[in-house]
Amino acid sequence: MSVVEKVLDQYSSKVYKNRKEHIVTVDKNDKNEIATNVRTIPGIITQRGCCFAGCKGVVLGPIKDAFIIVHGPIGCSYYTWGTRRHKAKKEENVDNYLQYCFSTDMQEADIVFGGEKKLKKAVQEAMDLFHPSTIMICSTCPVGLIGDDIHAVARWAEQEYGIKCIAFSCEGYKGVSQSAGHHIANNQLVRYVIGEGDRESKTKFAINILGEYNIGGDGWEVERLLKRIGYEVIATFTGDSSMEDLKNAHQANLSLVQCHRSINYIAELIETKYGIPWMKINFIGVEGTIKSLRNIAKYFNDPELTERTEAVIADELDLIEEDMAYYKTKLKGKTAAIYVGGSRAHHYQFLLNDLGVHTILAGHEFGHREEYEGREVIPFVKPDADSKNIESITVSPDPEKFHVYLSEEDLNRLREEKFLNYYGGMVKDMHDGTYMVDDLNHFETEEFLKLLKPDIFFSGIKDKFVAQKGGTLSRQLHSYDYSGPYSCFRGAVNFARDVTMGIYTPAWSYVKAPWKSAPILEGTMGGDKAC
Amino acid sequence: MLDYTKKESYERSALRINPAKTCQPVGAMYAALGVHECMPHSHGSQGCCAFHRMFLTRHFKDPAMASSSSFTEGASVFGGGSNLKTAAKNIFDIYNPKIIAVHTTCLSETIGDDLNALIQGIDIPEGKYMVHTNTPSYKGSHITGFSNMAASFINYLSVSSGRKNGKLAIIPGFVNPGDMREMKRLAEIMGITYTMLPDTSGVMDSPMTGKFEMFPKGGTTVEEIIGLGDSKLTLAIGKFASEAGAQALEKKCHVTFKTLAMPIGIGNTDKYIMELESFIKKEVPYEIEEERGQLVDILIDIHPYTYNKKAAIFGDPDTVLGLAEFVLEMGMIPKYLVTGTPGDAFETAAESLFVKFGMEGCKAKAAGDLYELHQWIKAEGVDLLIGGTHGKYIARAEDIPFVRAGFPIIDRYIHSYMPLVGYKGGMRLAELITNALMDRIDRDSKEEDFEMVM
Repeated sequence: MSVVEKVLDQYSSKVYKNRKEHIVTVDKNDKNEIATNVRTIPGIITQRGCCFAGCKGVVLGPIKDAFIIVHGPIGCSYYTWGTRRHKAKKEENVDNYLQYCFSTDMQEADIVFGGEKKLKKAVQEAMDLFHPSTIMICSTCPVGLIGDDIHAVARWAEQEYGIKCIAFSCEGYKGVSQSAGHHIANNQLVRYVIGEGDRESKTKFAINILGEYNIGGDGWEVERLLKRIGYEVIATFTGDSSMEDLKNAHQANLSLVQCHRSINYIAELIETKYGIPWMKINFIGVEGTIKSLRNIAKYFNDPELTERTEAVIADELDLIEEDMAYYKTKLKGKTAAIYVGGSRAHHYQFLLNDLGVHTILAGHEFGHREEYEGREVIPFVKPDADSKNIESITVSPDPEKFHVYLSEEDLNRLREEKFLNYYGGMVKDMHDGTYMVDDLNHFETEEFLKLLKPDIFFSGIKDKFVAQKGGTLSRQLHSYDYSGPYSCFRGAVNFARDVTMGIYTPAWSYVKAPWKSAPILEGTMGGDKAC
Repeated sequence: MLDYTKKESYERSALRINPAKTCQPVGAMYAALGVHECMPHSHGSQGCCAFHRMFLTRHFKDPAMASSSSFTEGASVFGGGSNLKTAAKNIFDIYNPKIIAVHTTCLSETIGDDLNALIQGIDIPEGKYMVHTNTPSYKGSHITGFSNMAASFINYLSVSSGRKNGKLAIIPGFVNPGDMREMKRLAEIMGITYTMLPDTSGVMDSPMTGKFEMFPKGGTTVEEIIGLGDSKLTLAIGKFASEAGAQALEKKCHVTFKTLAMPIGIGNTDKYIMELESFIKKEVPYEIEEERGQLVDILIDIHPYTYNKKAAIFGDPDTVLGLAEFVLEMGMIPKYLVTGTPGDAFETAAESLFVKFGMEGCKAKAAGDLYELHQWIKAEGVDLLIGGTHGKYIARAEDIPFVRAGFPIIDRYIHSYMPLVGYKGGMRLAELITNALMDRIDRDSKEEDFEMVM
């Protein structure tokens, strides 16, 4: 029986039928089609979260001067308070509310009689105490059910206080995972934020970094590198960003997409509306970073920029080469399984590869087929009822702000070459015989770990200790186990150091008590002491 | 750090800022993890379950296993009955627990799913159980959820056979496995047979063995919960987290109960020991007396560093009241006591503590939050802050020594193994508090005043 069959065999027929579509043994000669973005079967212990987590937690949470009021009972706001490690620095004249947690803390009476009044009062109290320039309202499950019109409250707040107030109907039950929440957040940012700024860009090498949330300072490292080469980062979505940054995103000449899943909607919409093409890049891993930097330089096609790119690559490489070589001696030949959100399970394969670690299983929590198979499958994805419920917005070119950097001809060529507006998914970078598992659930995690015995399991907090109790080192790739940055050149060294210490930590050798393998009886035989 | 918090008071009625509580379901999940071979099940959208598991795991650094009904929009409109049915089948099929403990969420409560009826319609395998509790997130707090889940286990399962079994029922409150172990150790030293419900020791502090166990060795067994009906007496540790369970057992099985304060510090531990003594009618052994004497000895030794020091304490009501009494015993002033959990009983109990120890100018607030506590501290400062991780921002903003105690502690390790309760817990707390205060003296003293001996 194959490994996959051994795992699936233990399911009932219904679950078997469902789950087998989510598991692919990679075979380059095959289609490697995978089922994604569909409902999790009730009762199956999934690691997935909800729409609210994707909207407030992932996309909006990092915007430092957005005063986010969570409209609902207390929990949802509480759990997303300081827990995602999207770091943000103090900046002059920019508010930073990341140390705070705001909620309407709805009570029974608010559920019964409606919570709009309380929400308005909360906005008023927020204005009195904090004077924010932007308020975002995020709704949680019961709000959608009782029908509170948070969008009306947002309009009221804008008129009453002359501020920006945006409502996000991101009730947890919408969609099938965090993914729906990304989409809802993307829509509103395109509708109400991007394009409103008038901060002129200083250079033509003006870029946006999309889908970079500055977890553990990743975004700072990316920005440092790009600025060193000579790029101007207009806006990062949304790590350490301010509303003003986001409002000016339309001034860029290229959007870089790091996390494809959470932000591809914005990437596409601002291309249509403002003419900015997007490029899938990846700043995780040394080779990945080098390739990304070269591709960006190729797009801008400026000899001086290209030269600086190469000089910076050489310099950064020089700084880490020795460390990377050392860690590679410690890690070469190890195997890994990765299960993270919607992009990292792909990106980290590059970094592991740099270190000689072979990825034998990878999966996304909330990825869609394109994150596995590439964007070429999009025309063949049939939307189901759950995805149809999430609004898809359309935009048209902005007559004033639409601008082009490359000629139509060059653009078309680069698109055809899949150099722009394309993401190939993880499958093309995985070896035959490895596994892609979508929405890898608890049971499958346990079984695959037992059968495949990877040296490291990269995942999140909920399954970290499951793996470790079973004797497999687990490092969190959502929070980096409170370390980082892991991006670009220096980040690669941090990552290598952390994995190495995990594998070589002496405590692993004490798991088995000595008496478990020593003879129990020590006695005498025939009067002589036995040894 | 927390630059927007100003000392001027401002009456808020709608905006909760930096809460000192979370929602009911996470408490129910924690309580259900304290039952052996139990799968806590969250009836709502899967984000709730993910958040709760995440939070419990971050506090305990151990797996928190639980399942979800994974509601989608359809279930939210048509009801979650079929989701629960599918979930139950899959859970028994795949994970094979002895019992599923369902708790609701604000979603399933708002749509009005009738869990009693839904569970009755489910085909539960022979010898297996399925119970539920209602945990609307818009009422009470995680403490209420814990309390409701404990009471529901009793309501569903406990039976009075008519013959007392001579056992003591202990409902330990929303505390760490380390605390539960300590309460049990003291009962064992007193020679008492007991059932503790829930009991997360051996579950949320399970050892490293190289083998993951979905259902570790610990937890109250279903048989023990059934047998609770024959207990002689229930000790409800903490009014907020445990009284509902004790009342349920009294109502259903006529087991009388006593509600005790959380046995933190000398006086409260004394009361716990005295209750154990009166239950077993046996003299308190020297072993316990020795521990008590050690703690008193310690408090006398350290008094120059603790006397008249002002502390602000926040967290869960039963824990905060216990901590407050202990700092009073240390000669400190519990200047501010805040819990996010609503309930007048907290303020009443705090006021009577203030009176008992002759304290003036101390404040206590239920249904408060950390923003307000910070405002109070800005208006009139304290020497020490005690509470969960979220207090670290205030401690840094105001440069106050900070002792982590209670729930949640998501930025430190090992705490969940160690007790706050009992004389041993008192020693640990005394050490944490004194170290925090003395480290501060060392940090702030001039070079010429830097003491070798203290």
